Amino acid sequence: MPSLGADMESAVVTQWLVKPGDRVERGHVVATVETAKGIIDIEIFGSGVIEKLAAAVGDSVPVGGLLASYRAEAEAAAPAAARAPPATAPPEAAAPRPSPGPTPASPIMSGAARPPGAPPSRDSAAERRLVSPAARKRAAELGIDLASVGPARAGLAITIGDVERAAERAAGATGAQPAAPPSRTAGPSDMRGVIAQAMSRSKREIPHYYVGTTIEMTHAVRFVRTWNAEHPVTERLHVGALLIKAVALALEKAPELNGFWRDGRFEPSAAINVGTATRLRRGGLLAPALEAANRQPLPNLMRRFQDVVERARSAHLRQTELADATITVSSLGEGGAETIYPIIHPPQVAIVGFGSVVTRPWVIGGAVAPASVMTATLSADHRVSDGHRGSQFLLAIDRLLQEPEKL
Amino acid sequence: MNVQSEETLRATILDSLLSVAPDIDAAALDPHLEFREQFDFDSMDYLSLATALHARLGVDVPEVDYPKLGSLDGCVRYIADALSRRSSP
Repeated sequence: MPSLGADMESAVVTQWLVKPGDRVERGHVVATVETAKGIIDIEIFGSGVIEKLAAAVGDSVPVGGLLASYRAEAEAAAPAAARAPPATAPPEAAAPRPSPGPTPASPIMSGAARPPGAPPSRDSAAERRLVSPAARKRAAELGIDLASVGPARAGLAITIGDVERAAERAAGATGAQPAAPPSRTAGPSDMRGVIAQAMSRSKREIPHYYVGTTIEMTHAVRFVRTWNAEHPVTERLHVGALLIKAVALALEKAPELNGFWRDGRFEPSAAINVGTATRLRRGGLLAPALEAANRQPLPNLMRRFQDVVERARSAHLRQTELADATITVSSLGEGGAETIYPIIHPPQVAIVGFGSVVTRPWVIGGAVAPASVMTATLSADHRVSDGHRGSQFLLAIDRLLQEPEKL
Repeated sequence: MNVQSEETLRATILDSLLSVAPDIDAAALDPHLEFREQFDFDSMDYLSLATALHARLGVDVPEVDYPKLGSLDGCVRYIADALSRRSSP
Protein backbone atom coordinates (compact mmCIF):
# COMPACT_ATOMS: atom_id res chain seq x y z
CA MET A 1 0.00 0.00 0.00
CA PRO A 2 1.67 3.19 -1.15
CA SER A 3 1.46 6.37 0.90
CA LEU A 4 -0.92 8.84 -0.74
CA GLY A 5 0.01 11.71 1.52
CA ALA A 6 1.83 12.36 4.76
CA ASP A 7 -1.40 12.13 6.73
CA MET A 8 -2.53 8.76 5.41
CA GLU A 9 -2.25 5.69 7.64
CA SER A 10 -4.20 3.06 5.75
CA ALA A 11 -6.74 2.52 2.98
CA VAL A 12 -9.56 0.09 2.26
CA VAL A 13 -9.40 -2.11 -0.84
CA THR A 14 -12.55 -1.40 -2.87
CA GLN A 15 -11.90 -3.39 -6.03
CA TRP A 16 -9.39 -5.74 -7.60
CA LEU A 17 -8.96 -5.33 -11.35
CA VAL A 18 -6.59 -8.30 -11.63
CA LYS A 19 -6.53 -11.87 -10.35
CA PRO A 20 -3.69 -14.36 -9.78
CA GLY A 21 -2.22 -15.43 -13.11
CA ASP A 22 -3.00 -12.13 -14.88
CA ARG A 23 -0.18 -10.47 -16.80
CA VAL A 24 0.37 -6.87 -15.80
CA GLU A 25 2.39 -4.12 -17.40
CA ARG A 26 4.07 -1.34 -15.51
CA GLY A 27 1.55 1.48 -15.01
CA HIS A 28 -1.43 -0.89 -15.19
CA VAL A 29 -4.15 -0.05 -12.65
CA VAL A 30 -4.46 -3.21 -10.55
CA ALA A 31 -6.79 -2.15 -7.79
CA THR A 32 -8.77 0.72 -6.35
CA VAL A 33 -8.57 1.70 -2.71
CA GLU A 34 -10.62 4.10 -0.68
CA THR A 35 -9.06 6.84 1.41
CA ALA A 36 -10.42 10.02 2.86
CA LYS A 37 -9.43 11.59 -0.45
CA GLY A 38 -11.69 9.35 -2.49
CA ILE A 39 -11.29 6.20 -4.53
CA ILE A 40 -7.71 5.98 -5.77
CA ASP A 41 -6.34 3.87 -8.61
CA ILE A 42 -3.33 1.84 -7.56
CA GLU A 43 -0.80 1.45 -10.37
CA ILE A 44 1.81 -1.27 -10.49
CA PHE A 45 5.41 -0.18 -10.94
CA GLY A 46 6.74 -3.23 -12.74
CA SER A 47 5.65 -5.86 -15.25
CA GLY A 48 5.01 -9.53 -14.61
CA VAL A 49 2.37 -12.01 -13.54
CA ILE A 50 0.14 -11.56 -10.49
CA GLU A 51 0.87 -14.28 -8.00
CA LYS A 52 -1.30 -13.64 -5.00
CA LEU A 53 -3.79 -11.05 -3.77
CA ALA A 54 -2.92 -10.56 -0.12
CA ALA A 55 -5.83 -8.28 0.76
CA ALA A 56 -9.52 -8.83 0.07
CA VAL A 57 -12.07 -6.22 -0.94
CA GLY A 58 -13.11 -4.45 2.26
CA ASP A 59 -9.78 -5.05 4.02
CA SER A 60 -8.05 -2.07 5.55
CA VAL A 61 -4.34 -2.18 4.67
CA PRO A 62 -1.78 0.04 6.44
CA VAL A 63 0.72 2.09 4.43
CA GLY A 64 3.60 -0.21 3.57
CA GLY A 65 1.39 -3.28 4.07
CA LEU A 66 1.19 -6.00 1.42
CA LEU A 67 -1.55 -5.66 -1.21
CA ALA A 68 -0.45 -8.35 -3.63
CA SER A 69 2.63 -10.04 -4.94
CA TYR A 70 3.69 -10.66 -8.51
CA ARG A 71 6.50 -12.41 -10.31
CA ALA A 72 8.61 -9.96 -12.26
CA GLU A 73 9.07 -10.34 -16.01
CA ALA A 74 12.26 -12.46 -16.05
CA GLU A 75 11.17 -14.75 -13.23
CA ALA A 76 7.79 -15.31 -14.81
CA ALA A 77 9.42 -17.12 -17.71
CA ALA A 78 11.13 -19.59 -15.41
CA PRO A 79 8.87 -22.26 -13.95
CA ALA A 80 8.57 -22.51 -10.18
CA ALA A 81 10.34 -19.25 -9.61
CA ALA A 82 11.44 -18.60 -6.07
CA ARG A 83 8.57 -17.18 -4.09
CA ALA A 84 9.24 -14.54 -1.55
CA PRO A 85 7.38 -15.24 1.68
CA PRO A 86 4.80 -12.43 1.81
CA ALA A 87 5.27 -11.79 5.52
CA THR A 88 8.87 -10.66 5.26
CA ALA A 89 9.02 -7.56 3.10
CA PRO A 90 8.29 -9.16 -0.26
CA PRO A 91 10.48 -7.59 -2.92
CA GLU A 92 7.69 -7.67 -5.49
CA ALA A 93 4.85 -6.14 -3.51
CA ALA A 94 2.41 -4.39 -5.79
CA ALA A 95 3.04 -0.68 -6.12
CA PRO A 96 6.22 -0.68 -4.08
CA ARG A 97 6.54 3.03 -4.52
CA PRO A 98 9.28 4.77 -2.61
CA SER A 99 8.30 7.98 -0.84
CA PRO A 100 7.87 10.72 -3.44
CA GLY A 101 11.24 12.22 -4.21
CA PRO A 102 12.18 15.27 -6.20
CA THR A 103 13.32 13.28 -9.21
CA PRO A 104 11.21 10.20 -9.77
CA ALA A 105 13.36 7.55 -11.38
CA SER A 106 10.57 5.42 -12.76
CA PRO A 107 9.20 6.68 -16.09
CA ILE A 108 5.63 5.92 -15.07
CA MET A 109 5.86 8.58 -12.43
CA SER A 110 6.97 11.37 -14.71
CA GLY A 111 4.28 13.55 -16.15
CA ALA A 112 5.66 13.23 -19.66
CA ALA A 113 5.18 9.50 -19.65
CA ARG A 114 1.48 9.81 -19.16
CA PRO A 115 -0.40 10.88 -22.30
CA PRO A 116 -2.30 14.12 -21.77
CA GLY A 117 -5.79 13.57 -20.51
CA ALA A 118 -5.45 9.82 -20.70
CA PRO A 119 -7.80 8.19 -18.26
CA PRO A 120 -6.46 5.40 -16.11
CA SER A 121 -6.61 2.09 -17.90
CA ARG A 122 -10.08 0.79 -17.24
CA ASP A 123 -10.49 -2.93 -17.38
CA SER A 124 -14.04 -2.61 -16.21
CA ALA A 125 -14.85 0.53 -18.15
CA ALA A 126 -18.30 -0.69 -19.09
CA GLU A 127 -19.14 -1.45 -15.50
CA ARG A 128 -17.78 1.86 -14.22
CA ARG A 129 -19.81 3.82 -16.70
CA LEU A 130 -22.96 2.49 -15.17
CA VAL A 131 -22.10 3.20 -11.54
CA SER A 132 -20.65 6.53 -10.57
CA PRO A 133 -17.61 6.21 -8.29
CA ALA A 134 -19.34 8.41 -5.73
CA ALA A 135 -22.28 5.98 -5.76
CA ARG A 136 -19.94 3.02 -5.44
CA LYS A 137 -18.30 4.64 -2.45
CA ARG A 138 -21.62 5.46 -0.78
CA ALA A 139 -22.85 1.91 -1.36
CA ALA A 140 -19.79 0.57 0.44
CA GLU A 141 -20.36 2.99 3.30
CA LEU A 142 -23.98 1.98 3.66
CA GLY A 143 -23.28 -1.71 3.16
CA ILE A 144 -25.56 -1.80 0.10
CA ASP A 145 -25.01 -4.42 -2.59
CA LEU A 146 -24.83 -2.53 -5.90
CA ALA A 147 -26.53 -5.44 -7.63
CA SER A 148 -29.68 -4.50 -5.73
CA VAL A 149 -29.63 -0.89 -6.90
CA GLY A 150 -31.16 0.30 -10.15
CA PRO A 151 -30.67 3.64 -11.91
CA ALA A 152 -33.37 6.31 -11.87
CA ARG A 153 -34.13 5.45 -15.50
CA ALA A 154 -32.94 2.63 -17.74
CA GLY A 155 -29.69 3.45 -19.49
CA LEU A 156 -28.56 5.96 -16.87
CA ALA A 157 -25.68 5.53 -14.47
CA ILE A 158 -26.46 4.57 -10.89
CA THR A 159 -25.89 7.69 -8.82
CA ILE A 160 -25.38 8.39 -5.17
CA GLY A 161 -29.08 9.31 -4.86
CA ASP A 162 -30.12 5.87 -6.17
CA VAL A 163 -27.89 4.21 -3.61
CA GLU A 164 -29.24 6.30 -0.75
CA ARG A 165 -32.82 5.55 -1.76
CA ALA A 166 -32.03 1.85 -2.01
CA ALA A 167 -30.55 2.03 1.49
CA GLU A 168 -33.70 3.71 2.80
CA ARG A 169 -35.86 1.06 1.16
CA ALA A 170 -33.72 -1.71 2.60
CA ALA A 171 -33.89 -0.19 6.06
CA GLY A 172 -37.64 0.26 5.74
CA ALA A 173 -38.25 -3.28 4.55
CA THR A 174 -36.38 -4.99 7.34
CA GLY A 175 -37.01 -2.35 9.95
CA ALA A 176 -33.27 -2.39 10.54
CA GLN A 177 -30.51 0.14 10.18
CA PRO A 178 -28.24 -0.22 7.16
CA ALA A 179 -25.30 -2.52 7.82
CA ALA A 180 -22.43 -0.90 9.63
CA PRO A 181 -19.64 0.28 7.35
CA PRO A 182 -16.46 -1.78 7.40
CA SER A 183 -14.04 -0.68 10.08
CA ARG A 184 -11.45 1.73 8.82
CA THR A 185 -9.27 4.57 9.93
CA ALA A 186 -10.18 6.92 7.11
CA GLY A 187 -13.39 7.24 5.09
CA PRO A 188 -14.92 9.95 2.94
CA SER A 189 -16.73 11.49 5.89
CA ASP A 190 -13.31 11.89 7.46
CA MET A 191 -12.16 14.28 4.76
CA ARG A 192 -12.87 17.23 7.03
CA GLY A 193 -10.74 15.50 9.66
CA VAL A 194 -7.88 15.05 7.20
CA ILE A 195 -8.04 18.71 6.20
CA ALA A 196 -8.19 19.70 9.87
CA GLN A 197 -5.10 17.66 10.65
CA ALA A 198 -3.04 18.96 7.73
CA MET A 199 -4.05 22.58 8.22
CA SER A 200 -3.52 22.50 12.00
CA ARG A 201 -0.05 21.17 11.37
CA SER A 202 0.50 23.92 8.81
CA LYS A 203 -0.50 26.68 11.21
CA ARG A 204 1.38 25.08 14.10
CA GLU A 205 4.66 24.34 12.35
CA ILE A 206 5.09 26.58 9.32
CA PRO A 207 6.15 30.20 9.82
CA HIS A 208 4.17 31.70 6.93
CA TYR A 209 4.78 35.03 5.29
CA TYR A 210 2.33 36.54 2.84
CA VAL A 211 2.68 38.81 -0.18
CA GLY A 212 0.02 39.95 -2.62
CA THR A 213 -0.39 41.97 -5.78
CA THR A 214 -3.07 42.94 -8.31
CA ILE A 215 -2.61 41.66 -11.85
CA GLU A 216 -4.26 43.15 -14.92
CA MET A 217 -6.07 40.33 -16.72
CA THR A 218 -7.32 42.14 -19.85
CA HIS A 219 -4.90 40.32 -22.18
CA ALA A 220 -5.31 36.90 -20.60
CA VAL A 221 -9.12 37.12 -20.63
CA ARG A 222 -9.16 38.36 -24.23
CA PHE A 223 -6.71 35.65 -25.29
CA VAL A 224 -8.94 32.92 -23.83
CA ARG A 225 -12.09 34.42 -25.34
CA THR A 226 -10.55 34.70 -28.80
CA TRP A 227 -9.02 31.22 -28.62
CA ASN A 228 -12.33 29.70 -27.54
CA ALA A 229 -14.25 31.40 -30.35
CA GLU A 230 -11.82 29.86 -32.85
CA HIS A 231 -11.59 26.35 -31.41
CA PRO A 232 -14.05 23.46 -31.06
CA VAL A 233 -15.26 22.62 -27.58
CA THR A 234 -12.70 19.84 -27.21
CA GLU A 235 -9.82 22.32 -27.53
CA ARG A 236 -11.10 25.23 -25.47
CA LEU A 237 -9.16 26.89 -22.69
CA HIS A 238 -10.02 28.12 -19.21
CA VAL A 239 -8.26 31.02 -17.48
CA GLY A 240 -7.38 28.58 -14.70
CA ALA A 241 -5.00 26.72 -17.02
CA LEU A 242 -3.16 29.97 -17.83
CA LEU A 243 -2.72 30.66 -14.13
CA ILE A 244 -1.28 27.19 -13.49
CA LYS A 245 1.11 27.50 -16.43
CA ALA A 246 2.25 30.97 -15.34
CA VAL A 247 2.92 29.69 -11.80
CA ALA A 248 4.86 26.69 -13.16
CA LEU A 249 7.03 28.85 -15.45
CA ALA A 250 7.70 31.42 -12.72
CA LEU A 251 8.79 28.57 -10.40
CA GLU A 252 11.64 27.69 -12.75
CA LYS A 253 13.37 30.79 -11.40
CA ALA A 254 12.14 30.41 -7.81
CA PRO A 255 13.32 26.95 -6.72
CA GLU A 256 12.96 27.79 -3.02
CA LEU A 257 9.18 27.85 -3.43
CA ASN A 258 8.99 24.41 -5.06
CA GLY A 259 9.58 21.31 -2.96
CA PHE A 260 9.18 19.95 0.54
CA TRP A 261 10.22 20.69 4.11
CA ARG A 262 11.15 17.35 5.61
CA ASP A 263 13.15 16.36 8.69
CA GLY A 264 14.19 19.90 9.45
CA ARG A 265 15.47 20.81 6.02
CA PHE A 266 14.27 21.95 2.60
CA GLU A 267 14.29 19.46 -0.26
CA PRO A 268 13.91 21.37 -3.53
CA SER A 269 12.13 19.51 -6.33
CA ALA A 270 13.46 19.38 -9.88
CA ALA A 271 10.00 18.50 -11.14
CA ILE A 272 7.33 21.22 -11.03
CA ASN A 273 4.09 19.47 -10.14
CA VAL A 274 1.33 21.99 -9.50
CA GLY A 275 -1.45 20.84 -7.18
CA THR A 276 -4.75 22.45 -8.06
CA ALA A 277 -7.13 22.89 -5.13
CA THR A 278 -10.47 21.49 -6.29
CA ARG A 279 -13.66 22.06 -4.34
CA LEU A 280 -15.90 19.03 -4.00
CA ARG A 281 -19.65 19.40 -4.18
CA ARG A 282 -20.29 17.18 -1.19
CA GLY A 283 -17.80 19.11 0.95
CA GLY A 284 -14.06 19.23 1.32
CA LEU A 285 -11.40 19.68 -1.30
CA LEU A 286 -8.57 17.84 -3.01
CA ALA A 287 -5.47 19.15 -4.75
CA PRO A 288 -4.47 16.71 -7.50
CA ALA A 289 -1.12 17.43 -9.14
CA LEU A 290 -0.54 18.46 -12.74
CA GLU A 291 2.86 16.93 -13.27
CA ALA A 292 5.64 18.83 -15.06
CA ALA A 293 3.17 21.69 -15.63
CA ASN A 294 6.00 23.98 -16.79
CA ARG A 295 6.73 21.69 -19.74
CA GLN A 296 3.19 21.09 -20.96
CA PRO A 297 1.95 23.06 -23.95
CA LEU A 298 -1.08 25.06 -22.78
CA PRO A 299 -3.73 23.00 -24.65
CA ASN A 300 -2.34 19.74 -23.18
CA LEU A 301 -2.17 21.22 -19.71
CA MET A 302 -5.76 22.39 -20.10
CA ARG A 303 -7.00 18.90 -21.02
CA ARG A 304 -5.18 17.37 -18.05
CA PHE A 305 -6.53 20.10 -15.79
CA GLN A 306 -10.08 19.37 -16.93
CA ASP A 307 -9.50 15.65 -16.52
CA VAL A 308 -8.18 15.81 -12.94
CA VAL A 309 -10.90 18.22 -11.83
CA GLU A 310 -13.58 15.85 -13.15
CA ARG A 311 -11.93 12.84 -11.58
CA ALA A 312 -11.36 14.60 -8.25
CA ARG A 313 -15.08 15.38 -8.19
CA SER A 314 -16.01 11.81 -9.03
CA ALA A 315 -13.59 10.71 -6.28
CA HIS A 316 -11.36 8.84 -8.67
CA LEU A 317 -7.77 9.96 -8.78
CA ARG A 318 -4.51 8.14 -9.28
CA GLN A 319 -2.04 7.70 -6.48
CA THR A 320 0.69 9.80 -8.09
CA GLU A 321 -1.72 12.69 -8.59
CA LEU A 322 -2.37 12.83 -4.86
CA ALA A 323 1.17 12.46 -3.63
CA ASP A 324 3.25 14.40 -6.14
CA ALA A 325 2.33 18.09 -5.82
CA THR A 326 5.38 20.28 -5.14
CA ILE A 327 3.31 23.48 -4.73
CA THR A 328 -0.43 24.23 -4.68
CA VAL A 329 -2.58 26.77 -6.51
CA SER A 330 -5.90 27.80 -4.98
CA SER A 331 -8.08 29.74 -7.38
CA LEU A 332 -11.50 31.14 -6.51
CA GLY A 333 -12.78 31.08 -10.11
CA GLU A 334 -15.31 33.63 -11.27
CA GLY A 335 -18.05 35.10 -9.15
CA GLY A 336 -16.09 34.67 -5.93
CA ALA A 337 -14.29 36.94 -3.49
CA GLU A 338 -11.47 39.20 -4.67
CA THR A 339 -8.71 37.79 -2.54
CA ILE A 340 -7.83 34.48 -0.94
CA TYR A 341 -5.14 34.00 1.72
CA PRO A 342 -4.45 30.26 1.56
CA ILE A 343 -2.19 28.39 3.96
CA ILE A 344 0.51 25.94 2.96
CA HIS A 345 -0.22 22.25 2.58
CA PRO A 346 2.63 20.48 4.39
CA PRO A 347 5.19 19.27 3.50
CA GLN A 348 5.06 21.82 0.66
CA VAL A 349 6.61 25.25 1.23
CA ALA A 350 4.34 27.58 -0.76
CA ILE A 351 0.80 28.07 -2.01
CA VAL A 352 -0.45 30.61 -4.55
CA GLY A 353 -3.95 32.09 -4.29
CA PHE A 354 -5.89 33.75 -7.10
CA GLY A 355 -9.05 35.74 -6.47
CA SER A 356 -11.88 36.15 -8.95
CA VAL A 357 -11.29 38.27 -12.04
CA VAL A 358 -13.22 41.50 -11.47
CA THR A 359 -13.67 44.82 -13.30
CA ARG A 360 -12.08 47.67 -11.33
CA PRO A 361 -10.69 51.16 -11.99
CA TRP A 362 -7.14 50.77 -13.26
CA VAL A 363 -4.50 53.25 -14.31
CA ILE A 364 -3.54 52.78 -17.95
CA GLY A 365 -1.21 55.33 -19.55
CA GLY A 366 -1.80 57.90 -16.81
CA ALA A 367 -5.60 57.73 -16.99
CA VAL A 368 -8.10 55.74 -14.98
CA ALA A 369 -10.16 53.25 -16.96
CA PRO A 370 -12.13 50.11 -16.16
CA ALA A 371 -10.07 46.92 -16.52
CA SER A 372 -10.24 43.21 -15.69
CA VAL A 373 -7.98 42.59 -12.70
CA MET A 374 -7.24 39.77 -10.29
CA THR A 375 -5.38 39.59 -7.01
CA ALA A 376 -2.58 37.06 -6.59
CA THR A 377 -1.29 36.09 -3.17
CA LEU A 378 1.61 33.94 -2.10
CA SER A 379 1.89 32.24 1.27
CA ALA A 380 5.34 30.78 1.71
CA ASP A 381 7.51 29.13 4.34
CA HIS A 382 9.87 31.65 5.94
CA ARG A 383 12.29 28.86 6.86
CA VAL A 384 13.03 28.52 3.14
CA SER A 385 12.43 31.88 1.46
CA ASP A 386 11.91 35.57 2.22
CA GLY A 387 9.27 38.11 1.30
CA HIS A 388 11.47 39.76 -1.27
CA ARG A 389 11.80 36.48 -3.18
CA GLY A 390 8.07 35.90 -2.91
CA SER A 391 7.43 39.37 -4.24
CA GLN A 392 9.69 38.77 -7.27
CA PHE A 393 7.87 35.51 -7.91
CA LEU A 394 4.45 37.21 -8.01
CA LEU A 395 5.77 39.89 -10.35
CA ALA A 396 7.09 37.16 -12.65
CA ILE A 397 3.60 35.60 -12.74
CA ASP A 398 2.21 39.05 -13.58
CA ARG A 399 4.65 39.49 -16.48
CA LEU A 400 3.86 36.02 -17.86
CA LEU A 401 0.12 36.73 -17.81
CA GLN A 402 0.62 39.92 -19.84
CA GLU A 403 1.79 37.77 -22.79
CA PRO A 404 -0.65 34.88 -22.67
CA GLU A 405 0.15 33.74 -26.22
CA LYS A 406 3.65 32.79 -25.01
CA LEU A 407 2.42 30.54 -22.20
CA MET B 1 -32.42 12.52 -40.45
CA ASN B 2 -34.70 11.70 -37.58
CA VAL B 3 -34.87 14.25 -34.84
CA GLN B 4 -34.57 12.39 -31.58
CA SER B 5 -37.63 12.30 -29.42
CA GLU B 6 -37.42 14.80 -26.61
CA GLU B 7 -37.44 12.10 -23.99
CA THR B 8 -34.45 10.27 -25.47
CA LEU B 9 -32.67 13.57 -25.84
CA ARG B 10 -33.38 14.51 -22.23
CA ALA B 11 -32.02 11.16 -21.02
CA THR B 12 -28.85 11.59 -23.10
CA ILE B 13 -28.33 15.09 -21.76
CA LEU B 14 -28.88 13.92 -18.19
CA ASP B 15 -26.35 11.18 -18.81
CA SER B 16 -23.84 13.78 -20.07
CA LEU B 17 -24.48 15.88 -16.98
CA LEU B 18 -23.86 12.89 -14.70
CA SER B 19 -20.67 12.01 -16.52
CA VAL B 20 -19.17 15.41 -15.67
CA ALA B 21 -20.83 15.79 -12.26
CA PRO B 22 -21.20 12.27 -10.85
CA ASP B 23 -21.65 13.65 -7.35
CA ILE B 24 -25.11 15.10 -7.96
CA ASP B 25 -28.43 13.39 -7.31
CA ALA B 26 -30.23 13.04 -10.64
CA ALA B 27 -33.58 12.26 -9.04
CA ALA B 28 -33.51 15.44 -6.98
CA LEU B 29 -32.65 17.57 -10.01
CA ASP B 30 -35.01 20.46 -10.73
CA PRO B 31 -35.10 20.78 -14.54
CA HIS B 32 -36.00 24.49 -14.40
CA LEU B 33 -33.33 25.55 -11.93
CA GLU B 34 -29.87 26.70 -13.01
CA PHE B 35 -27.09 24.16 -12.35
CA ARG B 36 -25.16 27.04 -10.85
CA GLU B 37 -27.82 27.40 -8.15
CA GLN B 38 -28.53 23.71 -7.60
CA PHE B 39 -25.06 22.24 -7.82
CA ASP B 40 -22.72 25.21 -7.49
CA PHE B 41 -21.60 24.78 -11.11
CA ASP B 42 -18.61 26.86 -12.17
CA SER B 43 -17.24 27.77 -15.58
CA MET B 44 -15.11 24.63 -15.65
CA ASP B 45 -18.23 22.50 -15.11
CA TYR B 46 -20.02 24.24 -17.99
CA LEU B 47 -17.04 23.64 -20.27
CA SER B 48 -16.98 19.98 -19.25
CA LEU B 49 -20.73 19.70 -19.87
CA ALA B 50 -20.32 21.24 -23.33
CA THR B 51 -17.50 18.77 -24.02
CA ALA B 52 -19.66 15.81 -22.94
CA LEU B 53 -22.62 17.01 -25.04
CA HIS B 54 -20.32 17.30 -28.03
CA ALA B 55 -19.02 13.77 -27.51
CA ARG B 56 -22.48 12.24 -27.21
CA LEU B 57 -24.55 14.36 -29.60
CA GLY B 58 -22.03 15.97 -31.92
CA VAL B 59 -23.24 19.47 -31.09
CA ASP B 60 -20.43 21.99 -30.66
CA VAL B 61 -21.79 24.67 -28.35
CA PRO B 62 -19.95 28.00 -28.80
CA GLU B 63 -18.66 29.55 -25.60
CA VAL B 64 -21.03 32.52 -25.91
CA ASP B 65 -23.95 30.06 -25.70
CA TYR B 66 -22.86 28.36 -22.44
CA PRO B 67 -25.41 30.43 -20.47
CA LYS B 68 -28.15 28.71 -22.50
CA LEU B 69 -26.99 25.38 -21.05
CA GLY B 70 -27.79 26.74 -17.58
CA SER B 71 -30.54 24.27 -16.64
CA LEU B 72 -31.67 20.84 -17.84
CA ASP B 73 -34.67 22.36 -19.64
CA GLY B 74 -32.38 24.96 -21.18
CA CYS B 75 -30.03 22.24 -22.43
CA VAL B 76 -32.87 20.23 -23.95
CA ARG B 77 -34.25 23.31 -25.73
CA TYR B 78 -30.86 24.40 -27.00
CA ILE B 79 -29.71 20.98 -28.20
CA ALA B 80 -33.09 20.12 -29.80
CA ASP B 81 -32.87 23.41 -31.65
CA ALA B 82 -29.30 22.79 -32.78
CA LEU B 83 -30.14 19.25 -33.96
CA SER B 84 -33.21 20.35 -35.90
CA ARG B 85 -31.26 23.15 -37.58
CA ARG B 86 -28.67 20.60 -38.59
CA SER B 87 -31.22 18.14 -39.98
CA SER B 88 -33.17 20.73 -42.01
CA PRO B 89 -30.67 22.73 -44.06
